Amino acid sequence: MPETTSLGSGGGSYWTVGDDIVDTAAPDGPIETRWDRRKFAAKLVNPANRRRHTVIVVGTGLAGGAAGATLAEQGYKVIQFCFQDSPRRAHSIAAQGGINAAKNYRNDGDSVYRLFYDTVKGGDFRARESNVYRLAQISTQIIDQCVAQGVPFAREYSGLLDTRSFGGVQVQRTFYARGQTGQQLLIGAYQALSRQIDAGGVEIHPRTEMLDLIVIDGRARGIVARDLVTGKITPYLADAVVLATGGYGNVFFLSTNAKGSNTTATWRAHRRGALFANPCYTQIHPTCIPRSGEYQGKLTLMSESLRNDGRIWVPKQKGDTRSPDQIPEAERDYYLERIYPAFGNLVPRDIASRAAKYQCDDGRGVGPGGLGVYLDFADAIKRMGEDKVREKYGNLFEMYERITGEDPYKVPMRIYPAVHYTMGGLWVDYDLQSSIPGMFVIGEANFSDHGANRLGASALMQGLADGYFVLPPMIGNYIASTKLGSVSLDDPTVTSVVGEVTGRLGRLLEINGDRTPDSFHRELGELIWDECGMGRTEAGLRKALARIPELREEFWRRVKVPGDSGELNQSLEKANRIADFLEFGELLCIDALHRAESCGGHFREESQTPDGEALRDDERFAYAAAWEYTGGAPVLHREPLQFDYVHLAQRNYS
Amino acid sequence: MDVRAPRDEPTALEGAPTVNLTLRIWRQRGPEDRGAMVTYDLPDVSPDMSFLEMLDVLNERLILEGEDPVAFDHDCREGICGACGVVINGQAHGPRDRTTTCQLHMRSFNDGDVIDVEPWRAGAFPVVRDLVVDRSSFDRIIGAGGYISVVTGSAPEAHSTPVPKPVADAAFDNATCIGCGACVAACPNGSSMLFTSAKVTHLNLLPQGAPERETRVRNMVEAMDAEGFGGCTNTGECTVACPKGIPLTSIGNLNREYLRAVTRR
Ligand SMILES: Cc1cc2nc3c(=O)[nH]c(=O)nc-3n(C[C@H](O)[C@H](O)[C@H](O)COP(=O)(O)OP(=O)(O)OC[C@H]3O[C@@H](n4cnc5c(N)ncnc54)[C@H](O)[C@@H]3O)c2cc1C
Ligand code: SF4
Ligand code: FES
Repeated sequence: MPETTSLGSGGGSYWTVGDDIVDTAAPDGPIETRWDRRKFAAKLVNPANRRRHTVIVVGTGLAGGAAGATLAEQGYKVIQFCFQDSPRRAHSIAAQGGINAAKNYRNDGDSVYRLFYDTVKGGDFRARESNVYRLAQISTQIIDQCVAQGVPFAREYSGLLDTRSFGGVQVQRTFYARGQTGQQLLIGAYQALSRQIDAGGVEIHPRTEMLDLIVIDGRARGIVARDLVTGKITPYLADAVVLATGGYGNVFFLSTNAKGSNTTATWRAHRRGALFANPCYTQIHPTCIPRSGEYQGKLTLMSESLRNDGRIWVPKQKGDTRSPDQIPEAERDYYLERIYPAFGNLVPRDIASRAAKYQCDDGRGVGPGGLGVYLDFADAIKRMGEDKVREKYGNLFEMYERITGEDPYKVPMRIYPAVHYTMGGLWVDYDLQSSIPGMFVIGEANFSDHGANRLGASALMQGLADGYFVLPPMIGNYIASTKLGSVSLDDPTVTSVVGEVTGRLGRLLEINGDRTPDSFHRELGELIWDECGMGRTEAGLRKALARIPELREEFWRRVKVPGDSGELNQSLEKANRIADFLEFGELLCIDALHRAESCGGHFREESQTPDGEALRDDERFAYAAAWEYTGGAPVLHREPLQFDYVHLAQRNYS
Repeated sequence: MDVRAPRDEPTALEGAPTVNLTLRIWRQRGPEDRGAMVTYDLPDVSPDMSFLEMLDVLNERLILEGEDPVAFDHDCREGICGACGVVINGQAHGPRDRTTTCQLHMRSFNDGDVIDVEPWRAGAFPVVRDLVVDRSSFDRIIGAGGYISVVTGSAPEAHSTPVPKPVADAAFDNATCIGCGACVAACPNGSSMLFTSAKVTHLNLLPQGAPERETRVRNMVEAMDAEGFGGCTNTGECTVACPKGIPLTSIGNLNREYLRAVTRR
């Protein structure tokens, strides 16, 4: 059974090395004009012919929603999917803090170049310069687009848009809609999509999950999906397939991602030939509400914007159990302000997260289990008054109070890092096309733009840049420049993929073991959090790599999935996603093991400076790692990264 | 039998006192099934659990006992996606003000409580299974006019249209609707006026929404009627149940906008 293959168990080596990736489709020459030149070189599809071309879009988050709406508006026939009951509920809805754009409305020295520079540097020099520059260029158009759609961004009394600064940068370029920016942007995209659905340009399939990819003659030609209400399994065919299925953070079980977020679409595509890049680049967000118990199903983020006004501290004394108001000023350690005086509480996420972990590992953590640090608003309330604090952060404070039962206007919040975002994803070229021709990947599902670490408020920007502005012309180029033969539903490949999907669900139901699907997910997540979380070591990764195949074998022997496949069966949905996480988790650890350097969100304990900062190894690792699936040890393909504009330098935030 | 990963942690990290509950949950296999309330005892519930985590714990047990777990919709568990929502002791989203089901915590209940859990009940929201209902009618109302038409890439520079802060704030307040459907479930007539009014108010307040102001409200109201939602008799139950505090004044505004649109036809 393929599900129990142990990747890389042969010969003690976990991977092999294949050819480098040389062609990324990015034009060379001056970076400022690369995107214009790429668009100009792209072939166009005559508007009258677009109706005859079908594009499948899987996902309705910012990336998918924007893409579906725009492609349909341009005249393509779009078939679109999401597993939620409505496209409006995609996980993007939960983003709180904001979206970056190089508008320079504050005249504070921002520019496209600075956003580009900050993103490359923030990503710890592990992203492709061409892509990042394009992202920064497009950022300004996104704000225009969203404002025109009626997205109610925060405004000043002048009636103009307000902005704020966000972790890791010193300009105020983050646009926001109270603490609900993702919601407002997604509703904007959803409304545009709804308009196209109503007009017949988009055929929408909510509560329908893609379970496999159909590749015919080396090109992506469709997907196999399951209607989650009736259980019916159906193949859909198209000229191109777009995956906009989000990140894989839930491989950790506990994360700030929505419960349904999963890696099935990307992992199944990987198994069909799409390279998976940099899976070990995961982002741990410093400001989440600490867990309260074993039953905990997910973690909740407290927007990082809180770090603009809240001060982070722990008691100086180890094991101090006094309540925070009993701890005098002199006995508190505002450790970020102390260690990083220039950035203070606003250091990038990975640094803030690790610093919190060290304080807690050192016995200075607060709250249950000592797994928390304080985020204190007392000074902010003194400085600007409770009303102003309420206006800025009211909904976040309310959320905190609902979850913990504590009032942050009176008692400092307790926060702890949690998995939040995944920079890794399916490998794509400059056109956002994966290594399978005809399959494009956008939003968090791809690996582009953020390198080894994403700056706050840049995921929303990337999702919308991909969906509204980059993907549509590149889809047109693909369709116009490719001679696609016709495919039919009786194609043997279609039948065989449908058969495989059906067979796998059947096997899951037959096991009838004695452990619940969630019990496996939780165990996998704890293992990966311990060994491949905020700090990673060779020994720990080897331990995880020894354990994951055992766990997977146990899963396929002992999982218990009640009910049958011809009905709404949420246990079956879960089990099927967990089966993929159990395979994917292994690739994540292999990638982390192979990258014997620290960079961004990937901190290898063996590779640090004398004062404990991440130490990159540009000699050996200045490349993106794109993995090929083989069923056994995966093959590593390196995409060498070149830095012509932003000069390689160790990050330094002190 | 392992209910959870083999780790010897206590259920609540701080050992907060737990409560014992009796749940009576609506079980219905499919749309055609008649459905009935089924009783489950659930001991040792931590007050720090969310309502959905409490259902997770019950479901883990049901699976191991060979029973079908209770189906319910949820995703973000942060009160923002609008997926969750059940009627708890007769109240949509339960007893806490302005709180979605996923954000409701068990500290709102007492030891020995009997808790009734039912799906949204409304003509336009047919039950799919157990606590899961079909709310696609909401999507169709939005599709009928709940948008501002902008061809991608054609938007003017964002600062070319300043919006006075009070107007932007009022639009925002209405835009916070999460489309959960509690307003409909709470309404004795199964009306979707609050939901529709929130969207009409959000978009019609903004200068960007002005060109389509009249067609928007007409088309959305027509769609709402076509979907079989009931009429509004001003009972105000909707706004009480609404987790985002969409006010009744939005319905007043919808009525004015509609009147204005039809008289100008
Ligand atoms: C709590 C939180 C707060 C955040 N705050 C910010 C912020 O302030 N600023 C910022 O820039 N970023 C933020 N992020 C990150 C950002 O929200 C995400 O990276 C981004 O929204 C992802 O968008 P997406 O369109 O790629 O995917 P998603 O929004 O995750 O959408 C995925 C879509 O794919 C569908 N899907 C997935 N798998 C399948 C399948 N197999 N079949 C069918 N459909 C499928 C889903 O139904 C969904 O529609 C935050 C993230 C979290 C978790
Ligand atoms: S108006 Fe309130 S209750 Fe109704 S759908 Fe919107 S958020 Fe839910
Ligand atoms: S699960 Fe998203 S609002 Fe409750």
